[in-house]
Amino acid sequence: MDNKQLAVSLSPHVQGPHTTQKLMLNVVLALMPAMAVSLFYFGIGTLIVTLISVGSCVLFEYLIQRFVLRVKPTVGDLSAVVTGIILAFNVPSNLPWYIVVLGALVAIGMAKMSFGGLGNNIFNPAIVARVFLLISFPVQMTSWPLPIESRLQYTDALTGATPLALLKEGLGKGQSVAQIDLPSHMDMFMGLMGGSLGEVSALALLIGMVWLLATRTITWHIPVSIIGTVLVLTGAMWLIAPDTHASPLFHLLTGGLLLGAIFMATDYVTSPMHPSGMWVYGIGIGLLTVVIRVWGSYPEGMSFAILIMNGAVPLINRYMKPKRFGERRADK
Amino acid sequence: MSLRTFKKGGVHPPEQKLSADRPIEQLALPPKVIIPLSQHIGAPATIMVAKGDHVRVGQLIAQSGGFVSANIHASASGTVESVEPVADGTGYRRPAITIAVAGDEWMEGIDRSPTLAHDPGLAPNDILARIAEAGIVGLGGATFPTHVKLTIPTGKQANILIINAVECEPYLTSDPRVMLERGPEIMEGIALLMRAIGVSRAVVGIENNKPDAIAHLEQLAHERSGVEVQPLRVKYPQGGEKMLIKAIMGREVPSGGLPIDVGAVVVNVGTALAVYEAVLKRKPMVERVVTVTGKSLQRPSNFMVRIGTPVSALIEAAGGLPNDTGKIISGGPMMGKALLSTDVAVTKGTSGIVVLPQPEALKQKPQTCIRCARCVSACPLGLEPYLFARLSQHGRFADMEVERVMDCMECGSCFYTCPARVSLLDYIKLGKNEVGALIRARNAKK
Repeated sequence: MDNKQLAVSLSPHVQGPHTTQKLMLNVVLALMPAMAVSLFYFGIGTLIVTLISVGSCVLFEYLIQRFVLRVKPTVGDLSAVVTGIILAFNVPSNLPWYIVVLGALVAIGMAKMSFGGLGNNIFNPAIVARVFLLISFPVQMTSWPLPIESRLQYTDALTGATPLALLKEGLGKGQSVAQIDLPSHMDMFMGLMGGSLGEVSALALLIGMVWLLATRTITWHIPVSIIGTVLVLTGAMWLIAPDTHASPLFHLLTGGLLLGAIFMATDYVTSPMHPSGMWVYGIGIGLLTVVIRVWGSYPEGMSFAILIMNGAVPLINRYMKPKRFGERRADK
Repeated sequence: MSLRTFKKGGVHPPEQKLSADRPIEQLALPPKVIIPLSQHIGAPATIMVAKGDHVRVGQLIAQSGGFVSANIHASASGTVESVEPVADGTGYRRPAITIAVAGDEWMEGIDRSPTLAHDPGLAPNDILARIAEAGIVGLGGATFPTHVKLTIPTGKQANILIINAVECEPYLTSDPRVMLERGPEIMEGIALLMRAIGVSRAVVGIENNKPDAIAHLEQLAHERSGVEVQPLRVKYPQGGEKMLIKAIMGREVPSGGLPIDVGAVVVNVGTALAVYEAVLKRKPMVERVVTVTGKSLQRPSNFMVRIGTPVSALIEAAGGLPNDTGKIISGGPMMGKALLSTDVAVTKGTSGIVVLPQPEALKQKPQTCIRCARCVSACPLGLEPYLFARLSQHGRFADMEVERVMDCMECGSCFYTCPARVSLLDYIKLGKNEVGALIRARNAKK
């Protein structure tokens, strides 16, 4: 034959349709309904905080890869965009811009690149940044703009408290759940309440989950195990003592439970590799969230719960393995 | 009948059965055939001719070189031109017999008429002897000598014969063509195989993307006792023995074991036809059906090809090598081998020649593993490919053995599904090689 150049490599010679970039794009798309709701409720603040967060996450990743690690930047994989949006979703819409930039630096620089970049970090970068900011800027991180009323204001927005903070404060004062002035379930379902800019609308987040499941970007195991655990535990407490414990539905709709269960706990890098491990991980997150919410000093516990279980993932992967085909009982 | 399949893992590559409607054509004899001495798993055959000898089609030219080995016959008549090593598809030079073709003179006793022959009631041992004599090997691609496979080890018993007509590799179409065109002969072959291993039940597993083949064989199976057709849901790698047994019997072949451990013997449908021809027509394995296909190829085809025909002759007959050719694969795109050149010869194991165009030929650049767990869900054997890749990168081969890397059948579902394009199977193959060496060293010490 003539001098045609033939490629020679080991099998397989065909590859499937998924790429890292497409998967990340699916996550970005799934976050858009919640983004739209947030723009509607919190307006200009959402816009500014999200743009700064995404922009600085991408920029920090580029700069660190280019000048510190001296490797070819991989910002095209969109993973820094996802981190940026999720970080923004986890902070109030009136957070001053420099705090957002600092958060992005912690997320990308500390939680992601210092471990070796995408695929190597132990903890979810956006949550590390959120917890860092919560501890460092407790005042700014817990002043929540009122939805709709403060659409046209950024840092000067009128603020209120989140339902979970109201609950904790009221219970602390000795009030019963019924006496505390909480938003209606319908308002909370739609997102009409104080909170981090992306966590408020259960409806929008659930639409995102449907997209992620339909495109097979994630599997159902982690969201279902977290939500199920929280519902069972808070449901039991509520049945035993309805005066001092909010309903399971209230817990489901507040405090970023859905945002965490659908978008943060399912982060590929920091979650287990096998469904059996995903169950352990999800139940652990649900349990810790309830424990922190009910007995902890913070009103909400999702971030801490995910971080703690992130730390347990290597151990989970070691022990929760798929059943090998044709494994004999004696082999174990 | 309800569709069956294996439970865990698997992928759905685009089927690309471009040549499914092309009847099998007889390919013209080439001027020269190159017949390697090792076309099967096991010991190479021992050469029995010398340079300058005149040979006829079907003449034994190399004799089985051990228990697991197979006879090799001249696939063309003419003069032995050389008995020197010739480069094979991988570029290594391996022992081979080259015959300069003259005429088409067959050995006596070989019945080449299309008349359907019936089993005169041969004893199992006679059937096995005739299969061994004819040098029949598994035609699905693994090329395990068929008479060895049909020899049930002492202490084991076969309960079922499974005919593998899955052809789960994309592109390849030789199995369905053979089923449509040679159905009655296949049924005779199945009856012979059943007698040889002493079972009264045979199941033909066919994926339901070949409805005409299913209908045809179901009709033929109706007239036979003990033979059924089981339609299967399309899923790669269902043509793997372990997967097919799981799909049809619902049982798992134990790790490190053989199909006979669950009472099954699996034979490819093309092999069943070869068995018929070997036993009842006394025709040795001198030709096979090869699919020649590719998106840019002018005429994707199914050819009946003499063993030893150069791949270039097949591609010429299918319209010539397209200008955008980037890769030529012997076998299917999931498990086949990329060829260095088209000068190499068709062997008993060549199930197809797939020509990939330039853009598809190169693997995409690997990125970092994002631990998405797709490889773990795709592995039909419950292994963890991402972990193998990590361990292999760090040279931790002993740990790979503990994680059962030797169970891997190299189906490539993990690499196919990986969004980061990590060369998972390359790392696994490296690991299996190293673990194999570890195991051999350990056994040598004992």
